[in-house]
Amino acid sequence: MRLAEAWRVALDALRANRLRSILTMLGVVIGVAAVVALVGIGTGTKQQIERQVEGLGSNLLIVVPGRLEAGSAPSVSTLSLDDVDAVSRIVGDRSRVAVTVASGETVRAGNRSTFASMQGVLETTPTVFVRHLDRGSYLTRSDVNTARRVAVLGAGAATQLFGDRDPIGRQITVGGVRFRVIGTFEPLGQSLGVDRDSEVHIPVTAAQRLLGTDRIDALAVRAPDRDRIDALGADIVKALSERHPDTDFSAVTQQQILGVLGDILGVLTGVLAAIAGISLLVGGVGVSNIMLVSVRERTKEIGLRKAVGARPRDIGLQFLLEAVLLTTIGGVLGMALGVTAALLVDRLTPVPAAITWWSLALAFGVSAAVGIIFGVVPAQRAGRLDPVVALRTE
Amino acid sequence: MSGTPATPAIVVTDVTRTYQLDGVSVPALRGVSLTVADGDYLAIVGTSGSGKSTLMHLLGGLDRPTAGTLVIGGRDVATLSPSELARLRNETIGFVFQSFHLLARTTARDNVALPLVYRGIGRRERRSRAAEMLNRVGLAHRIDHRPNQLSGGEQQRVAIARALVTGPSVLLADEPTGNLDSVTGRSVLTLLESLNAEGVAVVLVTHDKEVAERAHRQIVMRDGLIVEPPPEQPSAPGPEVGPAPGPEVGPAPGPEAGPMAAAGEGAA
Repeated sequence: MRLAEAWRVALDALRANRLRSILTMLGVVIGVAAVVALVGIGTGTKQQIERQVEGLGSNLLIVVPGRLEAGSAPSVSTLSLDDVDAVSRIVGDRSRVAVTVASGETVRAGNRSTFASMQGVLETTPTVFVRHLDRGSYLTRSDVNTARRVAVLGAGAATQLFGDRDPIGRQITVGGVRFRVIGTFEPLGQSLGVDRDSEVHIPVTAAQRLLGTDRIDALAVRAPDRDRIDALGADIVKALSERHPDTDFSAVTQQQILGVLGDILGVLTGVLAAIAGISLLVGGVGVSNIMLVSVRERTKEIGLRKAVGARPRDIGLQFLLEAVLLTTIGGVLGMALGVTAALLVDRLTPVPAAITWWSLALAFGVSAAVGIIFGVVPAQRAGRLDPVVALRTE
Repeated sequence: MSGTPATPAIVVTDVTRTYQLDGVSVPALRGVSLTVADGDYLAIVGTSGSGKSTLMHLLGGLDRPTAGTLVIGGRDVATLSPSELARLRNETIGFVFQSFHLLARTTARDNVALPLVYRGIGRRERRSRAAEMLNRVGLAHRIDHRPNQLSGGEQQRVAIARALVTGPSVLLADEPTGNLDSVTGRSVLTLLESLNAEGVAVVLVTHDKEVAERAHRQIVMRDGLIVEPPPEQPSAPGPEVGPAPGPEVGPAPGPEAGPMAAAGEGAA
């Protein structure tokens, strides 16, 4: 029997049992749709995080105490503002060095309050990271040097505290200490799961006084030269290690952060796809089951086909193609459904989703493979039927 | 049609067929010899359980003997793989069943064309050959009807057209009139006989004496053996068959059938 003919026969058989074919396909449709949608969400999340990390600014080098390794406990920082001067000398430009000392604090304005991420920073922050002001002005070097009690509010914090009123020039209290608002940031949204619009920036000196410490949590450097970024990181780590012999330091580039996050998200996407793949497997078992029923139901037809000259492999091929058609048609429908679901999730929820060609190709390939794997047993059974017995079946 | 006078269409020699049912051996044929010559018109008669259906399946290459030799179209079935046997069925044998065995939801034309599918013949040629064959059985006007739109007689004619479409040398008909009323049944038999007149060997399996008597010769089966004609006296008519065979068969084919039967049938 010609292959084209075999496809036609298989398609006719599926058409003859339309409702059953559709229900059988549904298992595959759902499985493939789940794989495509979940891989899409995983991919979208990964791309969003990559964009956010890149959006922090280019050529960033983040210096933290401790080793950056999976499983290592966060170290207590021993960095101080003196270290900033040392790092500035290595970089050769103080405006390229930023610091933070951060703490979650309750911020009040009048009778309103909000819980904000208080960040003690240098005046260099908007240059090192990409931060744009909405209103007012940012901290100045003199604000930092004199520990002046002035604050720049994130867009979310400003709305929480002042609603539609202009916050510039108004008083707030941070951890019970009064500050004057001199500026607000443009909205940023979430980054790595942190709401960056709830930040409140104050001079690092004021923050240290507020917290009763002379430490800083971390240093960030915008490297002047992308090619030398690793060497610069090594120089900084070496200098800091000399100043603090008991502490390890790590200098991390965006590329390294992206690498680590990418690995984690890759595993996560894989796990999601595997879970969705289980439903595809269940769909495949359904196909196998229905094909076995179909073989039994069409025993007489098989007997007749054999009587008029069908070889065992003609019959086997007919049933195998039927199973493959079921799963590939189901696969294509599932892809359409999965893409639609992913796009809806992307559009209607904060969860991002992105469809990649390889996930579609994989889904199609897997659904065809499921058809072959789960169609083989029913097809063999059909091919081996004894024509005499088959013809006698009523 | 494809055979030559030197090689009979089917030669059965000392064939037995035993079925295994739940570990018990059930002999269905206990030693049968028979020759179906080209252009033969033969009726196999017997009660149910006599082994006539089993013999029919063997003659059609649907089954293989437990012992003995079965040669169809000059080829020993024992030497053929299942695929080769399927090919042999396709080329040599046409089946007509009591219950027609037409594919539902499939037009008369596509039903008739089915055997050609397994011969790898293109759709266009299949359709034209099927149409030609339907015309030959008098169903040119029913070509695109489905089985449920056809009467029993018409369905059996479609089945006969399907059996003929590959140009077989033997038509095996298992109770071809069993599901038909007597008038329709007779017209189906007339069709088979006209095909036989064109040279196709026809083997009828039936328990209907009237049907059997129209054949040029009859064999009677009982308990897995051919009991009539008796192995030693092939020409003597048996008591069950009654007085009918001589006059019904007609003068011309009768004498021809005798020698052929004698040549083919050995002892059980």
